[in-house]
Amino acid sequence: MDVVLLSRIQFAVTAGFHFIFPPLTIGLSWLIVLMQTRYLQTGEELYQRMTRFWLKIFAITFVVGVATGITMEFQFGTNWSEYSRFVGDIFGGPLAAEALFAFFLESAFMGILIWGADRVSKKVYWFSSLMVAVGSTLSALWIIIANSWQQTPAGYHIVNGRAELVDVKAALLNASTVPRYLHTVDGALVTGAFFVMGISAWYLLRRREVVFAKKSMKYALTLALVASLAQIPIGHMHAVQVAQTQPEKLAAIEGHFETEKGASLLLFGIPDEKAGVTHFKIGIPKALSLLATDDLNGEVKGLNAFPKEERPPVFLPFLTFHMMVGLGTFFILFSLWGIWLMRKGTLQDSPLFLKLALWSIPLPLIANEVGWIAAEVGRQPWIVYKLLLTVDGISYTVPAWQILASIILFVLVYSLLFVVWFYLLRKKLAAGPEAFATAAGANKTGTGVGV
Amino acid sequence: MMELQITWWVLIGVLLLGYALLDGFDLGVGALYLLTKDPEERKRLIYSIGPYWDSNQVWLLTGGGAIFAAFPMVYATVFSGFYLALMLVLFALIFRAVSLEYQHQLDSPGWRKWWDLGFGIGSLLPSILYGVAVGNILRGIPLDAKGGYLGDFLSLLNPYSLVMGLVSLCLFAMHGGAFIISQSDGALQQKARRWARAAWLALIPLFLIGTAWSYLGTPRLFGNYLSVPLIWVLPLIALIGLAYFPVALKGGRAYAPLSASALTIFGLLSTLAASLFPYIVPASNNLANSLTVFTASSSERTLMIMLILALIGLPIVLTYTAYIYRTFIRRGRSVSTGNHFSVKS
Repeated sequence: MDVVLLSRIQFAVTAGFHFIFPPLTIGLSWLIVLMQTRYLQTGEELYQRMTRFWLKIFAITFVVGVATGITMEFQFGTNWSEYSRFVGDIFGGPLAAEALFAFFLESAFMGILIWGADRVSKKVYWFSSLMVAVGSTLSALWIIIANSWQQTPAGYHIVNGRAELVDVKAALLNASTVPRYLHTVDGALVTGAFFVMGISAWYLLRRREVVFAKKSMKYALTLALVASLAQIPIGHMHAVQVAQTQPEKLAAIEGHFETEKGASLLLFGIPDEKAGVTHFKIGIPKALSLLATDDLNGEVKGLNAFPKEERPPVFLPFLTFHMMVGLGTFFILFSLWGIWLMRKGTLQDSPLFLKLALWSIPLPLIANEVGWIAAEVGRQPWIVYKLLLTVDGISYTVPAWQILASIILFVLVYSLLFVVWFYLLRKKLAAGPEAFATAAGANKTGTGVGV
Repeated sequence: MMELQITWWVLIGVLLLGYALLDGFDLGVGALYLLTKDPEERKRLIYSIGPYWDSNQVWLLTGGGAIFAAFPMVYATVFSGFYLALMLVLFALIFRAVSLEYQHQLDSPGWRKWWDLGFGIGSLLPSILYGVAVGNILRGIPLDAKGGYLGDFLSLLNPYSLVMGLVSLCLFAMHGGAFIISQSDGALQQKARRWARAAWLALIPLFLIGTAWSYLGTPRLFGNYLSVPLIWVLPLIALIGLAYFPVALKGGRAYAPLSASALTIFGLLSTLAASLFPYIVPASNNLANSLTVFTASSSERTLMIMLILALIGLPIVLTYTAYIYRTFIRRGRSVSTGNHFSVKS
């Protein structure tokens, strides 16, 4: 089998699986900081229980992110050694910085959060939760910097066939760093908010822990609304940047084949790569031009304007991008509905909303994944945009069978991890926040509350 | 430029040493974990490393990232060359991390049995494989002119490197045993003394065999010691640590064995680094294809900026790491209280 294809599959599997967890923990970590802050301010027992309960869920999830993150750091060397040789001068820096400035912070203070409830003062405990949130959000920053450099390289020159750093600021703050970072972290906040919202809804549906669940719901719903609304300007900013710096990608995610002025924004369509057209188009006239160029009659380049061998595949970016946009719209409408119900005071009596909230838990995770697929497939065939082809980035010394063997193992091990994580999550949810009923919950021993 | 390259070579040495000293003890605890079946003792072992294992492990990630940034050719060659071996390490570390956190989440013996196994094997396997990797680097591996690995997986498992794998296993077990001694009392502490002693006893002959084999098989490794006699102090430190360890075990002091094993690890790692310099990955087929401190590094600008980042970041990391250790480490306390809400609920 083909080493390039196998390595791409391996990267997609390991990164795609890893990417379930960090957005969830980033979002959750900020909600926990909020609850901790309220606890510090008021000293109310409810806030302490909230922290402890959500922290428990957080811890179970965090470790899967940590464990699968190690793979990511090794993988550039194991499977993409030619790529690593080419970009090491620039790409390695953010990875090292991530470990030094973010991983250490989150993992060290995570130790206090999990094991130190009875060892440190309330203030130190609060500070630790803040550091975990800051650490995980900074970690995302460094990764996005590295990834953005691949998308829109800047601040380098090519010496002896390698990219060497010339301008640090330009490399770090390349064209796509800021929009992609805001887009990704905001997506993480939506993910955490919907997660807490859905679980709170589950308790409300069962009339369990109503006070606890209503309070958690209030925090989550507020965050869900703010964060999902924020995606409108952020998403727009990102789209404009893609239009300017990666026009092929924009054309691919929009299924836009012919260069035209006053291009319409597709709501639906079936792109046909071979024929170079999109069938059954339903679109908003001139909207694509407006979004991409801030001008109703602005020109938007179509895929046919680019050489065939430099065009990204169309179907997958088109599909995943439109899924993401659709989900994003749903998040806004659903949060608005929830806020409206909450203001009326009938939220806990609306089983339809609560059930939908529960079933919506995976939707932001799916939005993250499809958004990522659109971004990464949309930059093919380049591993570093316009500088290095994906086919030229592989480890030429690794035989295909070894990669295949490792893919099979990854799929088995990761599936197992997912099943165990989900099982444990359900157990903890079923046990519920009652398990943290006493103020001195940390010192309660031998309660037999095993689950 | 040369100063910068050497500085980075030293810094990466420091990061890897940090990993060996810190994760070394919790890997060792994990390997020794398999030797007791008593649930209470196992619980205390897990508790003793619970607050730190994660940040200890970050030293590896930082070291890996730093190699990528400062010596990308080394990162590319070693990580792709040792592909299957690294995958094994990866899977072991994944199971280990998840086992550590999930082991105590459900109150069921069946549940715990599997995660206990995951934790034990997840600790044992990397402890051996790190040594195997070091053995291969010392001996040299076949490289093409671009620095691509020309050998296969099985040739990594040569007898010399396997001996080195056992050396590193014994070293970590000794270090882990010393850590348990410092953190426990009573029967568990007695057991840990026996384990640490056994690890030391096994280490001595393995160490001698390894040294003699290196001398006979790869005389190049001793070149630096002839030209710069000062560096004899490094193996001397290792020998002092090794000689002091059994003495420290006999005394009642809690941290003496840990200091002795730390001294041994420091001495051995720096001895190896001094033997290899200026090579990072020597090519066994043709030394001209080797990756050295001076041929495999990033550009001057990258090394400089990274150095500034490291000089800002490392002191901060060391400060809060020290704070967290101080918060948790009280002799006997972190294992005996066991008030950990995520366990109880």
